Amino acid sequence: MTGKLVLENLKHRPMRSLLSILLIGVPVTLILSLVGLTQGMLQDSQRRQRGTGADVIVRGSTASSVINFSGASIPEKAVDFIEKLPHVALATGVINHSIDPPLVVTGVDIAKFTRMSGGFEYVQGGPLRQPDDVLIDQPFATQRHVGIGDKVKLLNREWRVAGIIGGGKLARIVLPLKVLQDLDGSTSKISQIYVKVDRPANTAAVVEEILQALPSYNVTTMDEWLAAFNVNNIPGIREFTAVIMAIGVIIGFAVVCLSMYMAVLQRTREIGILKSLGASKGFILAIILVEALLLGVGGTILGILLSFGAYWLIATLVPASIPMVIVPAWWPIAGLITLVGTGLGALYPGLTAAAHDPIEALAYE
Amino acid sequence: MSSPIIQTHDLHKVYRVGKVDVPALRGVDLSVEKGEFLSIVGPSGSGKSTLFHIIGGLTPPTGGEVHVDGQNLAAMTDAARTKLRKRTVGFVFQKFNLLPNLTARDNIGVARHIAGVGHQQDAQFEEVLRLLGIEKRLDHKPNALSGGEQQRVAIARAIVKGPAILLADEPTGNLDTENSKAVLEVLRNLNQRLGQTILMITHNPEAAAYGHHTIHMRDGRIVDRT
Repeated sequence: MTGKLVLENLKHRPMRSLLSILLIGVPVTLILSLVGLTQGMLQDSQRRQRGTGADVIVRGSTASSVINFSGASIPEKAVDFIEKLPHVALATGVINHSIDPPLVVTGVDIAKFTRMSGGFEYVQGGPLRQPDDVLIDQPFATQRHVGIGDKVKLLNREWRVAGIIGGGKLARIVLPLKVLQDLDGSTSKISQIYVKVDRPANTAAVVEEILQALPSYNVTTMDEWLAAFNVNNIPGIREFTAVIMAIGVIIGFAVVCLSMYMAVLQRTREIGILKSLGASKGFILAIILVEALLLGVGGTILGILLSFGAYWLIATLVPASIPMVIVPAWWPIAGLITLVGTGLGALYPGLTAAAHDPIEALAYE
Repeated sequence: MSSPIIQTHDLHKVYRVGKVDVPALRGVDLSVEKGEFLSIVGPSGSGKSTLFHIIGGLTPPTGGEVHVDGQNLAAMTDAARTKLRKRTVGFVFQKFNLLPNLTARDNIGVARHIAGVGHQQDAQFEEVLRLLGIEKRLDHKPNALSGGEQQRVAIARAIVKGPAILLADEPTGNLDTENSKAVLEVLRNLNQRLGQTILMITHNPEAAAYGHHTIHMRDGRIVDRT
């Protein structure tokens, strides 16, 4: 009967109920979108790093975060040196140049990279042939609305799209290593080196060898490198997520507090009626809390649905720049955050309603 | 001989309005037997409603004694008065006071739910509905019911939990003559068939005549009993 009373109250003022649900849903969408963006970018980076086929990665001495878009501090001759170490099957250097973060143009030694990774998968077109040719992946082609043979402006120059490659192998935008080195003024310099070992069992040994020879560089196995792609290793992202979550709680609190306070005012007489029937303070409080929690549940569901809308919008407009994913594991977390906010928001109106004097409430017009 | 179901002695109630004390009851002595139908008449401000509110446990007295169904209301906490309203007393108001969002059936069901007697229909529930003639109007919301029907639903809501006392505050005040008569007949039937103790406030002498007795109030006191 309590549930029926609450449902009928919600149905009686549909606009108030729907607006409350919408306002509660917005921060849920914000939280889920932020998490989806973060996870999406990390998963996409992981997938593309794994796609190199390398077992070890060597980064420059100044590299600090997994989000390291550019900078070429490693002499290219280090590639040849590493390649001569025992158990090293192959090594190849790449150079990164950040354009519109997080988009990066990657200079690749195509022949060596093909040997290491199996080569790019061409969805359309083919390999680089001309000096101004560029390879782009499918999401970037969609984002820029370009096809084979089209011109695309990058690094203040126009490039001809020679091939559209499938995602998942190192880079979204590929230029020959030498071309990008020259453009960057980083001749004979590279950003990182990918190393393939002869047998997986020798991976740790190769890491040790490189560290001994080049102690100032960051050398890790690919497994360790991939494991580093989590939110804890991206500066500020945890704090930013916490701030968004706090905003979610505050908005949920404020919306529900205002909405339920208005509802309690509008229903003063009904509260008086319930009290005249013998309803306890707990019963009145429970009705207000249950109503608020239902609004919170509705807001959570709407927020989840809206996050799919955000996902679709981002995937349509900027699939390469922001590879968002849906993270169902965060639905209960976002729901809990919302319910905490709505529960707290309903407390004051609920206690006010419970404390109403029945005679005054019955006389309320 | 059984003791009275309602007994007050030197009952006082003073309301504080701003910084001014306003006496509403100035020593009311009242005794009501079980099964009695008592009408209470008097001008506005004579203390009729205040007496109802105290007997019904909506507000505590300021002084004196009041016993309802063997319980001393003067010594009751707020929670104990809530419990009294839950099971011992049923209210019928001039403005019907039905919950507008619920159907007639659910309005009655809420009262049973709060009283802890369950909201499913049982023999007693069916008997009350038959007596009130509202069986076919139960699935309508208050705004789809006439004033007379709303008041009969309100009466049903008040009595389905089997209260010892039914307090009716101007139950015909918002009704036309025909509906007033119908509601008063319902109250008389309840009293005669089910032995329901009823206290009814009214301004209407014809309505007051439905009671076994009538008390007259003025300036917070009972001035006459007929």
